[in-house]
Amino acid sequence: MSELFADYAAAARKTPAFDEMFDAGQLPRTEYGQVASALDALNLADVTARADSMARTFLDRGVTFDFAGEERPFPLDIVPRVIAGSDWDTLERGVAQRVKALEAFLNDVYDRMTVVADGVIPRRLITSSAHFHREVAGFTPAGGVRVHISGIDVVRDQQGTFRVLEDNVRVPSGVSYVLENRRAMAKGLPEAFGQQHIRPVEEYPRRLLAALRKTAPPGVEDPTVVVLTPGVFNSAYFEHTLLAGLMGVELVEGRDLIVRGNRVYMRTTAGEQRVDVIYKRIDDEFLDPLQFRADSVLGCPGIVNAARAGMVTIANAVGNGVADDKLVYTYVPDLIRYYLGEDPIIANVDTYRLEDAPAREEVLDRLDELVVKPVDGSGGKGLVIGPDATKAELATLRAKILEDPRGWIAQPVLQLSTVPTMSGGQFSPRHVDLRPFAVNDGEDVWVLPGGLTRVAMKEGSLIVNSSQGGGSKDTWVVDGEVRGPARGALQDERPAAVRERTSVWPIETNWQDKQSEQQQQ
Amino acid sequence: MLSRIAESLFWIGRYVERADGTARILDVHLERLNQMPLPQQRETSRQLLGVMGSRPEKEDTDLSDLLQALAYDRSSATSIAGALGAARENARRARETVSSSVWESLNTTWYGLTQHRKDVVGTYRFCHWVVERTAMVRGLSDTTMSHDESWQFLVLGRSLERADMTARMLSTHDVHAAGLSWVNMLRCAGAYESFLRTRRASFGDQQAAEFLLLDRLFPRSIVYALSDAETCLTQLNPAYQRVGFINDASRIVGQARTFLEFHQTRDLMSELPEHMDRIQKACARASDAVSRTYFSQADELAWVGEVS
Repeated sequence: MSELFADYAAAARKTPAFDEMFDAGQLPRTEYGQVASALDALNLADVTARADSMARTFLDRGVTFDFAGEERPFPLDIVPRVIAGSDWDTLERGVAQRVKALEAFLNDVYDRMTVVADGVIPRRLITSSAHFHREVAGFTPAGGVRVHISGIDVVRDQQGTFRVLEDNVRVPSGVSYVLENRRAMAKGLPEAFGQQHIRPVEEYPRRLLAALRKTAPPGVEDPTVVVLTPGVFNSAYFEHTLLAGLMGVELVEGRDLIVRGNRVYMRTTAGEQRVDVIYKRIDDEFLDPLQFRADSVLGCPGIVNAARAGMVTIANAVGNGVADDKLVYTYVPDLIRYYLGEDPIIANVDTYRLEDAPAREEVLDRLDELVVKPVDGSGGKGLVIGPDATKAELATLRAKILEDPRGWIAQPVLQLSTVPTMSGGQFSPRHVDLRPFAVNDGEDVWVLPGGLTRVAMKEGSLIVNSSQGGGSKDTWVVDGEVRGPARGALQDERPAAVRERTSVWPIETNWQDKQSEQQQQ
Repeated sequence: MLSRIAESLFWIGRYVERADGTARILDVHLERLNQMPLPQQRETSRQLLGVMGSRPEKEDTDLSDLLQALAYDRSSATSIAGALGAARENARRARETVSSSVWESLNTTWYGLTQHRKDVVGTYRFCHWVVERTAMVRGLSDTTMSHDESWQFLVLGRSLERADMTARMLSTHDVHAAGLSWVNMLRCAGAYESFLRTRRASFGDQQAAEFLLLDRLFPRSIVYALSDAETCLTQLNPAYQRVGFINDASRIVGQARTFLEFHQTRDLMSELPEHMDRIQKACARASDAVSRTYFSQADELAWVGEVS
């Protein structure tokens, strides 16, 4: 291998984590073959120049996230994360299965709660979730779908098995980076693209728009879809503009909308225009000051009532947060069995429920070996990694857990799998996770091949969140065989038909003269 | 389209044109200013700032204050950097509506603002660069955006600002005690060659002022810019093609344009300051009227009951 990989094996041996690119014998895995040979041909100067040009493109195109009021480019590493097609097919089925179960769960929770009556999950657990919104109980959303878009976070453990880390069925973000990363990589590492079939990602906006239109309120002929953003200061604002742009729909803020007679309109230069589907990118709490936080200026008053009246589809539906609750997460395998009658395809990470006294005892004893997470957090907020925490931090954590055991879960420290990542002039192993995005149109769950791989840029760090110094990698689902144009198929094809000449306009300058000449002859 | 987006586009048009106009004016005046004795330089700088609409804070405005106020001050929309920053911010808000090449060119321009030396020599380069970059933004918006309503708003803002900028340019003529030579004034508007070819031998203040004010074919002349704005306003409201007008903007722009176009005078030069003043006011009023008609919305959120 190239000099850039000189110290890789030594660094990889330091951690027990599964390496995505190299097997135990430090040979590249089959799916990484192309990438390995492309990287092999590069030296440090090449890699640096390419990385710089990729970063520059991101800055120029405005591929940024907002951090503390500042626009920052989202760091993209030059080594892609590759997943073999066969592994992906399993993952894809697992994600779709999970989305269907969560969809059924949410429908049940806001309706008759049979899942509680049948003793699968305690009622107290649902009603005590911070994101269980009684405001939306008792009606089926127009279009009948609650989880239109989801991002189920999965990780690979030490054995290389995929496990679900958490569910995001509220406002999963990051898909814009998947689209932009692929664009950037096609220019940054073109050598690795040839000769193999990488499943494309660019159909995402089309799929999303189709699903949103399909779930419009019944009876709407040509539904108007909008993307609702909190505004330019939101950290994911770039993603909102990109998706609205790629779908060719308006990007609205709360102040552009008005609800009148339970119908939603947007203010345009030609007066008010009816809105049928809202792709909501703001948190439930801020959506409607009449129902939730009264001081919110990001939302639009009356929008929840409009949804209740079936006049507008909100995607994702309000109240989905209860399925994201990390304590509900521990029940998802049971929910899959209960609603779908299937066994879960992707397993959960082992999790302690701290309300159980024996589990709590054990966790409190082993606090310094476990990861403890708040149940309603996202983006790595409030998470404490036992082995990295100080005594004082652990003491505070212990007090918090004892005060509110419902608010926390504990998991063993997972050694997330590693992928070579450019750092300090060479490639070294860095931990990654994966967020596949799924789009649900009510009949079918489509999973974007690949998804977002986030990578912790610091050595040994397990925190991949962009707000905490994480970067990303382009994620390739690679199918084994080379899918060039099949030769057999080519021979079968008939030669292209000669184009009709009569259907075009005449371009000879003296066309009429010629015609009359011909007539005379 | 959304009112908020229309407003952003209108202001992208205005700010980009403002950056362009300011860069041209600064470029020409800098040359003159450098040749003046210091007290005069200060006085002239002050007056120039006044014409460009930024009130100097200190008594003794020197050259570096002038450069700061007209070129580099990011906090004020009268400076080039400020106007380009504001244009970029508006494009960011309307990013899904402008084409990605327009957004990218504004974005890279914004990043490029810091890469210039802020002394007199650096400012020459800077002005030249700004003229180039704004031309690129204009070209890209004309060739990569559909010429629909959104583009009309962009061009409307651009035309109004252009009329205003040419008026300011003409007003700066009197700033210099000796008067800025008309050759320089025409160069400033990029009109020198066109003027020579049109007017041939007859060459004088009167003709040059006429050219920049009244020429029907030169795109940076005030009459041309105003009639561009009129066209946009008509396109935005095609219902009033035959009789009458719907908004004040059409009336203000139309009356200003027709007055100038058909005005007969023996002594344009003495009337010039009055005309320039009125044009600047007309542009401001027209801009307000456009905002009132197309962009304004109730500022606070209002809940309108269940039954309409």
